Amino acid sequence: MNEIFTASVFASAIRLATPYIFAGLGETFSQRSGVLNLGVDGIMLMGAFTGFYAVYITENLLIGVLVAMLTGLVMGLAVAFISVTLKAEQGISGIGVYLFGLGLSELLFQKLIGTPKSIVGFTAISIPGLSDIQFLGIGEIFFRHNLLVYVAFALVPISAYVLNRTPLGLMIRAVGQNPQAADAMGINVARVRYFTVTLGGVMSGLAGASLSIALLKVFQQNLTSGMGFIAVALVYFGGWRPFGILAGAMLFSFVNALQLQISGIGVDIPAEFAVMAPYVITIITLIFASKRTEKPTALTKPFERGE
Amino acid sequence: MLKKMQFVFLIVAVLLMAVTVTQAQDDVFRVAAVAPSATNDLAFSQSMYDALMLIQGEMGADKFEFVFQDGTFVVDDAAVALREWATSGEYDLIIAHGSQYGTIIEELAPEFPDVSFAWGTDVNTFGLDNVFAYTAAAGEGGFVNGALAALMTKTGKIGVVGPIEVGDAKLYVDGFVAGAAAANPDVEVFVTYIQSFSDVPLATEAANTHIANGADILTGSAQMVVGAIAVAQEQGALWFGTQASQAELSAGAGVMFQVYRWDVVLRDIMASIAEGKLGGEAYTLTLANGGLVMEQGGYGK
Repeated sequence: MNEIFTASVFASAIRLATPYIFAGLGETFSQRSGVLNLGVDGIMLMGAFTGFYAVYITENLLIGVLVAMLTGLVMGLAVAFISVTLKAEQGISGIGVYLFGLGLSELLFQKLIGTPKSIVGFTAISIPGLSDIQFLGIGEIFFRHNLLVYVAFALVPISAYVLNRTPLGLMIRAVGQNPQAADAMGINVARVRYFTVTLGGVMSGLAGASLSIALLKVFQQNLTSGMGFIAVALVYFGGWRPFGILAGAMLFSFVNALQLQISGIGVDIPAEFAVMAPYVITIITLIFASKRTEKPTALTKPFERGE
Repeated sequence: MLKKMQFVFLIVAVLLMAVTVTQAQDDVFRVAAVAPSATNDLAFSQSMYDALMLIQGEMGADKFEFVFQDGTFVVDDAAVALREWATSGEYDLIIAHGSQYGTIIEELAPEFPDVSFAWGTDVNTFGLDNVFAYTAAAGEGGFVNGALAALMTKTGKIGVVGPIEVGDAKLYVDGFVAGAAAANPDVEVFVTYIQSFSDVPLATEAANTHIANGADILTGSAQMVVGAIAVAQEQGALWFGTQASQAELSAGAGVMFQVYRWDVVLRDIMASIAEGKLGGEAYTLTLANGGLVMEQGGYGK
């Protein structure tokens, strides 16, 4: 049993959870204001490509991160324009954004790079004094990761604080729960939704970059393999709360890491069963967690003044 | 007036016939191919694309033309393309490059008995006279790679990142394990099938897991291994590959690659078609027939 639950498995879970946390937190802001963005995966793909390409060209990681975030910002603005200004059906338009991101990232990859190439991306940073803690493998589990992993986990309490303890968070929640009342109070519903959806885009771009220039250091077509959709599901799983999303991302990633470890050390269980496990456990947990959610009442409903 | 119109119709009819005869008798060999992943996947789809490019280079673009629809993992999408090509009658050979396309070919080929189809990796021609099948004895290069890896490992542990336990991926992995056992029975080979041909993040983490468990040599099959190759490079491990050359990506970590040379099969198929035989045969790439080639990577260079 000690061979299965090793420190490296927990460290692996933390690495795997990172893109889900970035994308899930961003989507939480969007959904708490009432906008469902199903295009997260497409924005992640574009962020992953543009961030990778920027590093490939400039060999500068900061530029890579900024370019990925800028890409997410532009795509987030596009989603906001479609959802808030044009009041389009959010589910369908989100799928359109996903397909756009999937296709464009493939096309750009084919034309600008052509074949998978590796880059020197973010490497693990050992936190002095902490990374050497041997007790329960704490040093290896928590303090030997790349910079973006630390950033993702730091954003969880920051997001919770912003959503629950600041006037901005109150505005976002008000717009998501009762946009008419928020409007009557003088809150500009459209502006708030533009802000949250664009922020969600930036975070999705960052999620993509966390894959291509930090975890994988390579880009390939459809690099995310649907991670953006899982991130959207984790928002529901987490009850629209940042710490809930963290818990969901960690649970999903831990079971994934565990199944890799189980097959990696030669434990004889069917591979199909091991691969199903993260999804089955996530669904079961979602059933029990669904009763204690804070689902925004106005989610997916375009705002019409006076309705 | 009537005579003039009859004359015009006659001229048009003659011109149309001339064009048709020209098309049917031109000496351009036209191929249409569908593949599940990208032409630059450094793996399965690229191996076929490279083969078609090689043949075009040899014959000339005026003698050999091909269209290649990549990224068609969804079988229904591939079915649409294959039917369009078959209906058009423009192609001498239609290739369905992926074992998931077998059912489509089995359904489609009897509807177009004058069109030649090829599909793989498999050896089943469904008893049809217009279907060629092709596969790769990937276990052969797998055995070579496994034996080499077993002789080179310092920790005595080797990690394998596989996609789904089917087709040439399974052949390669089984051959690799057998080769390692033959060269050094004390070496442990740990195999992880991630149940996906495309999940790069999961394949990368599988490679990380093998490294964390002490492996100093990694190998894997299919297009999702690109991240695993990057892990080998970063962690100072060695990489053995298959399907296509991954020498450029793996740089100094790459030791040996089993490269599929589908051009060997394609030449045989084209020769058969030239003789009027549209199918009914199965081909296998092997090291002996030159369809499988072992290519050295950047390690030690």
